[in-house]
Amino acid sequence: MYDEEHILRIEDLKVEFPISIGTVRAVNGVDLELVRGEVMGLVGESGCGKSTLGFSILRLLRPPGRISGGRIIYNGHDIVQMGQEELLALRGSKIAMIFQDPLTSLNPLFSIGEHFVETLRAHEKGISKKDALERSEKVLESLGIAGERLREYPHQMSGGMRQRIMIGLALILNPDLLIADEPTTALDVIVEAQFLDLLDDLRKQYNLTIILITHNLGNVAQLADRITVMYGGTIAEVGPAQSIFDEPLHPYTQGLLASIPNIKLDQPELKTMPGSPPDLVDPPAGCVFHPRCPYVMDICTKERPPVFARNGHRMSCWLYR
Amino acid sequence: MSEELIRVENLTMHFPLQKGLLANVFAKEKRFVHAVDGVSFNIRKGEVLGLVGESGSGKTTTGRMILRLLEPTSGDVFYRGRSITSYTGHEMEGLREKMQVIFQDPYASLSPRMPIGKAISHPLRIHDLAHGAQARELTLAMMEKVGLSPAAFLYRKYPHQLSGGQRQRVVIARALVTSPDFVVADEPIAMADVSVRAMILELMIRCREMFDLTYLFITHDLATCKYICDRIAIMYLGKIVEIGPLKEVFANPVHPYTATLLEAIPVPDPRYRRTHPMPKGEIPSPINPPPGCAFHPRCPLAEPSCRLNEQHLVDLGSGHKAACSLKTL
Repeated sequence: MYDEEHILRIEDLKVEFPISIGTVRAVNGVDLELVRGEVMGLVGESGCGKSTLGFSILRLLRPPGRISGGRIIYNGHDIVQMGQEELLALRGSKIAMIFQDPLTSLNPLFSIGEHFVETLRAHEKGISKKDALERSEKVLESLGIAGERLREYPHQMSGGMRQRIMIGLALILNPDLLIADEPTTALDVIVEAQFLDLLDDLRKQYNLTIILITHNLGNVAQLADRITVMYGGTIAEVGPAQSIFDEPLHPYTQGLLASIPNIKLDQPELKTMPGSPPDLVDPPAGCVFHPRCPYVMDICTKERPPVFARNGHRMSCWLYR
Repeated sequence: MSEELIRVENLTMHFPLQKGLLANVFAKEKRFVHAVDGVSFNIRKGEVLGLVGESGSGKTTTGRMILRLLEPTSGDVFYRGRSITSYTGHEMEGLREKMQVIFQDPYASLSPRMPIGKAISHPLRIHDLAHGAQARELTLAMMEKVGLSPAAFLYRKYPHQLSGGQRQRVVIARALVTSPDFVVADEPIAMADVSVRAMILELMIRCREMFDLTYLFITHDLATCKYICDRIAIMYLGKIVEIGPLKEVFANPVHPYTATLLEAIPVPDPRYRRTHPMPKGEIPSPINPPPGCAFHPRCPLAEPSCRLNEQHLVDLGSGHKAACSLKTL
C-alpha cells in the first residue's frame, strides 16, 4: 500500500502520560498527513505536544507515556502496531530524528567515526569498518566537515559542528523522512542561520521529507512549505507557509504571529496574548483555546470544534463553521 | 540630555584557567579566559542600553561586574560618578537597594520553598526598609503593579503553583520592591514562551515609566532590542565592536559583525531571503582570541591588515561608534 502522495498519515493520534494527579493528554486527537518531499513546520509553545508528536512517530515515547489511540501510517504500515523488530528496521534507516541538544546526543567516549560505524553496523550487517568510514567521510564532506575530523571526539567540536554531526548520523542510512526537534535552539543566531541553510541544501540532495519542530516562527518561515500550528495537544491550523503568515485564520495563530518580533517590519510594539497555555490534565471544555480567545462564542465553551477548511487552510475553530 | 547614571571604564575580566596541580607547577605561563577585554560605555538616567552578543561574548560577565557580583581584573564602574569599588561593605549594601538584577531563569531564581509574597518582601526586610504589616502592604501593592493579581490570593502561593510568565513577574516584583533606579536584566525573556515574551517585555517597558528606571538589557536577540532599547552595544569576544542609538545601528550597521548579526535574525516572512551568505565558522575560543580584530577569521571583508592591527572604537557622530578601520577610515 504505497501512497504516492503522502509519506506519512497520522489519524486521530492520542498520547497520554498517566501521572499521580491524573492523565496528561499531551496529544489529543491529531490528524496530519505529510506530502513527499515537503518541509512541514510544526510550531507551538512549550507543552503544546509538538515534540511528543515527533517522538510518537518513531515510538520513542518514554514510559509512562503511551499512544492510547490512532494510527500512524508510513508507506502503508501502521507504526503504532509495529513490533520491536520492525521498529528497529524503521528507525534510522527510513525515519531519522535529530534533537535539540547535540552535546547530550553524542557519546563523549566515542570518536565521531565510531558513532558513524556503530550506526552503519547496526543496520547493515557485515559492512567492513573501512567501508563504513569511507561512507561516513562522504556524508561529512557533504555537510562541510573535513573527513579527518572522524577521529575527533565530541568535546573537540563546536556546537554548530556537533549539530552537523548529528544530522550526518541521521542521513548516513539514507532515510526518507527526517524529524528535526528544535535543532537550532541550542545554537547561536549566526550558526542557526548556517544550519538552516544547510538543511535546505540537504533536503534537495537527499530527497528528504522533513518535519521541523520549533517554537520559532522565524525559522519555519525560511524553510517550511506548510505549517502546522499546535495548541494544547491539538492542531489549531494547517496551511501553506506563505498563507499562514499572510493570512492566519485561527485566533491562536493570529495571536502567535502578532507577538513575535519582526526586525524588518515597522511594528512599534508587540501584541500580547492574555492568559497562559492550558492544563492538559484538566483541559478546558470545548475548544482548548477558548479561555484566551478574543472571539470566544457560546459554542466554543461547550463543544470541541471539528476541522473546517477555508483558503487552503484547515482550522479547528467554530468561527469558520 | 539627562545625567549619566552608570559609567563603565575599561572594564576587563580575565578568568584564570583551572588546571591540575602538576600542570600548574610545570606550566610556562598561566592561561586566561579573556571574558571581557577593555569595555567602556555609559548609561544615562532613564535610558535602556541593550548589550547584545552571542554566547561567550562577555555580555553577562559585564553585567555582573557592573553589579559588583564579580570583581573586575581591571577597570572601574561608576554609579552617579562614584567608583563602586570605593564602596565599603556596608555602603555596598545600600547600593544594592538601588542596583537590582533580573536573571534569565525564573525557576532557578526563586526558592521552591518560599511563598512568593515572602520572596518579594524579602529584600525589604534585608535592607531594613519595612517589616511586618508594612512590608506586606508594600509587597501587595508591588504585586498588583506588575500584574500579579489578585495579590492577596497569590501572596501565599509557591513558585510551582504559578505559570512561567507569573514567575518572571515575581522576579521582576522582587527586583523592584526596594525602589532601585538601575536594573540589570540578563536575558529576562530567553526562557519564556513566545506569547509570554511579549508580555514580559511590555511589563518591563511599563515599569520603566512607572518607576523611572534605567536598564541594562542583556540579550542575544537583536530583534527584541527593537522594542525596548534606546541604544545598543554589540559585543564580540569580550569587546564592544559597535555602539550607538538603536535606530542608527539598525539602519546603518558599520561593523561587519553587526551587519552579519542583523542579517542572521530569522524573519517571520517566507518571502524574505537573506541577501548575504552567512560567514563560515563560529565564535572562537576566548582563551586564545585571534590577534588584531577578533572577528577577522569570519569577516567577509577581512584584509591582511585586520589580523595585525587591534581595532578601537571610532566616533562616527551622534554617539555612533564602531571598531572597524576598514569601514571607519
